[in-house]
Amino acid sequence: MSKKDSEYLINRKDNQYEVVIGLEVHAQVLSESKLFSTSATKFGAEPNTQVSLVDAAFPGMLPVINEFCVKQAIKTGIGLNAKINKRSVFDRKNYFYADLPQGYQISQFKDPIVGEGKVILDMPNGQKEVGIERLHLEQDAGKSIHDLDQQNTFVDLNRSGVALMEIVSKPDLRSPDEVNAYIKKLRSIMRYLGTCDGNMQEGSLRADVNVSVRPKGSKEFGTRCEIKNVNSIKFMQMAIEYEANRQVDLIEEGKTIDQETRLFDTKKNETRSMRSKEDAHDYRYFPDPDLLPLEVSEEFIEKLKNDIPELPDDKKKRFIEEFKLSPYEANILVSDIDTAKYFEEVVAKMGKNKDIKLAVNWITGELFAVLNSKALEISQSPVSAKNFAILINLIKNGTISGKIAKTVFELMIDGDKDPQNIVEEKGLKQQSDPKALEALIDKIINDNREKAIEYKQGKEKLFGFFVGQAMKASGGKANPQLINEILKKKL
Amino acid sequence: MSDITKQSLTELVENIKNKKLSSTDVTKAFIDRSEKSEELNAYITNDFTSALDKAKKFDQKPNLNLKLPGIPMAVKDLFCTKDIKTTAGSKILNNFVPTYESTVTENIWNEGAILLGKLNCDEFAMGSSNETSFFGNVQSPIDKNLVPGGSSGGSASAVAGQLTPVTIGTDTGGSIRQPASFTGIVGLKPTYGSCSRYGIVAFASSLDQAGPMAQNVKDCALLHEVISSYDSKDSTSIDFKRNHYSKELTNNIKGKKIGIPKEYRVDGMPKEIEDLWQKGIQYVKDCGAETIDISLPNTSYALPTYYIVAPAEASSNLARYDGVKYGFRAKGENLIDMYEKTRSEGFGAEVQRRIMIGTYVLSSGYYDAYYLKAQKVRKLIKNDFDEAYKKVDAILTPSTPSSAFKIGEKTNDPVSMYLNDIFTVPVNLAGLPGISIPAGHDSKGYPLGLQIIGKAFDEQNILNIAYAMEEKINFKNKITDWWIK
Repeated sequence: MSKKDSEYLINRKDNQYEVVIGLEVHAQVLSESKLFSTSATKFGAEPNTQVSLVDAAFPGMLPVINEFCVKQAIKTGIGLNAKINKRSVFDRKNYFYADLPQGYQISQFKDPIVGEGKVILDMPNGQKEVGIERLHLEQDAGKSIHDLDQQNTFVDLNRSGVALMEIVSKPDLRSPDEVNAYIKKLRSIMRYLGTCDGNMQEGSLRADVNVSVRPKGSKEFGTRCEIKNVNSIKFMQMAIEYEANRQVDLIEEGKTIDQETRLFDTKKNETRSMRSKEDAHDYRYFPDPDLLPLEVSEEFIEKLKNDIPELPDDKKKRFIEEFKLSPYEANILVSDIDTAKYFEEVVAKMGKNKDIKLAVNWITGELFAVLNSKALEISQSPVSAKNFAILINLIKNGTISGKIAKTVFELMIDGDKDPQNIVEEKGLKQQSDPKALEALIDKIINDNREKAIEYKQGKEKLFGFFVGQAMKASGGKANPQLINEILKKKL
Repeated sequence: MSDITKQSLTELVENIKNKKLSSTDVTKAFIDRSEKSEELNAYITNDFTSALDKAKKFDQKPNLNLKLPGIPMAVKDLFCTKDIKTTAGSKILNNFVPTYESTVTENIWNEGAILLGKLNCDEFAMGSSNETSFFGNVQSPIDKNLVPGGSSGGSASAVAGQLTPVTIGTDTGGSIRQPASFTGIVGLKPTYGSCSRYGIVAFASSLDQAGPMAQNVKDCALLHEVISSYDSKDSTSIDFKRNHYSKELTNNIKGKKIGIPKEYRVDGMPKEIEDLWQKGIQYVKDCGAETIDISLPNTSYALPTYYIVAPAEASSNLARYDGVKYGFRAKGENLIDMYEKTRSEGFGAEVQRRIMIGTYVLSSGYYDAYYLKAQKVRKLIKNDFDEAYKKVDAILTPSTPSSAFKIGEKTNDPVSMYLNDIFTVPVNLAGLPGISIPAGHDSKGYPLGLQIIGKAFDEQNILNIAYAMEEKINFKNKITDWWIK
């Protein structure tokens, strides 16, 4: 393993720079209702239709913690191999904004619900461990809409009070690729746990990206800049590339880097200063007196631990051991929970005499291609796992050839048809009767006497010609293995 | 019956249950007197027309099993009342009509009471004289141009002046007990967590408690029994077994140990307060209780601690009044300008002062020195009480360091105004119950109160002690109806 080759470095004349990245991921808790109120959290609802008196901060309204969201945060903490804090505290983060009705966000500052943990990334050159600093629960703000009216800003409070988990990584990431793998891994774990749907388009997952650079080999961190609220992996990678190069240029010019908050302009592909450290808000954090410290018992945590499903790392290990898959294949199958589910269902439906390798090849090959072309998730697959398993078995037991199977698969897509019916209706069953095939081949040799002689005289290329003729004569249904055997014998 | 408004709550309930009085009779009487009492400025909003309708409706189908059958009642304008304007004494909420009801008032209406109107108070309950209200100061029924105390000044004035049989106030640092003491009535600040804060305009969340104000201890016990309930809508509400406070009320306090804290003998305290306290000590002894000298060593830190914790919480609690969603909004060039103008014009001087203090003590660089230290001292103050309660069942102190003062007398001296709360504030910081009962008059004939502080959740005990003392004191409030023409 040559780790050196894949190192992400920024090169200038005589210097090489390493990039140090830490992420603050905001993951929306998958929950029917908000963190401190009973309002619904459905995405895409009409503006201001999911707002309670608490969310709109009416006088005398009080927050009441949603126990389900607490469970979700703890489960996520368990999934991140993290320390669960039995006592955590909700604080108020005070600032004024039109879409922040209370004038403060309820968050966790000093005492988060989840402490240090770690996630393992599978990189091309091996595994990489990324430390988790903490995970805390907080409220989302509403949404200000500036472009609907020239004079006014509109405010939609549907999101106000929705539960978020802020997952803070240690500054352990070193490249855009690692960031990609990290976000995907987090998303995968949370989707396995059912604690966040990870939908970045709907804003369920977004991140603040902290970037600094330092000369290769240096142990000290450089001054970091925080790029706020980036909502796609691609943009994160682009922002890091831009920001790291910007910082390196400053160093090369002998200038200093200001610690500041920056925005990523997706149109211009550049980061821009939003506010400097001096202008940073003083959030006046203090414990929210409307809420008592959150205390959870050992039993409460243990019970949640028992509910934790098999997570991607364990599943991968099991797939490798149980199904003799390569780490690469296993990775593909486990990274998305729905893919893993589909695969396991196929395996189960294939019964005793199963060919798992074949199934894996077909899932990652034909099935993925169809899903891709139709822009479907595997959970929306037009071919059910059950019929898919039947198809694989038909190949395995020689009823149809791999080539015919592709035709059958095409026909299955429309209405999730049973491949057995297709094979029978269309008469696609493979010809595996040796006697019939011998007769067929005798006739072909007879019809092509001259070519047969040429072959015997050493023109071995002609073997393919005879196979082709035999397949053609059988309408593609002849068992290619048998054809080969018989031809070799007869020629 | 012309003396309806002179009757206690207990008498009124009895008379309605015995059908000697109808709800309409009683409601009419209090409305009449309230209408004649405009000079007190006790009401911010009245709901007399609808109150009379409700009384008539009650009389048509009276449910006499309720605890407050057809009893009219005005409440402090800090309680949100459905469809009735709720201002918190502030311009910034001058046009605010809630669509919801506070749990405490809901409990009251559920027991058959009828809303008369909303009573004046210091703006956002910040004040000790009811002079910070946007709706003007309240006059005390005791004397012209005398403050009724605050922040529940309208409530105290309304009960003492017989504009309502009983009422509820809120107490963050003494806002029930101090005005009760100034106007010669009984006021109870319950244990923190006893009464729900849901629907009460927040001042300082970790200190605010609603409580009853009444002519006598028994009325106070009955109203407390109605308003105290566990409420899942308030995360700081406590689910403990509540007594039937009025039914279980007894004047038998024989053998009770009453602590007398030496630290409450403060410098410059008028001799008549000291004398009153000594009289109180004699009364409890006469009732068969024993008094024990105790020490609450951190008492002197209570006031400075309170004036860090309460403004800190208030500065954050009042951030929601920004002109965006409801309430007063000033025109501005942009969002920031609108915020600044709305809050400068919408909040009065005292509220602005406390927001600034609170913002300051929470600021980075000052948080540890002020807010965090104050929280630590708060713990010490609580520990003082915990220690004391190993030896005694309750603590007896004066309610205030002086009697009521004249309107305008302390307006320009916030510190001397804040000193009013010196005996009441430690109780809020420790989350304990405290009751003020009228115990005598000063040389000017103004009422003076004594405070009984109890263990957490031990309201029954301090109500009993108050009940026993009340009998011995036999206080008569000198209400001359000076404001009625």
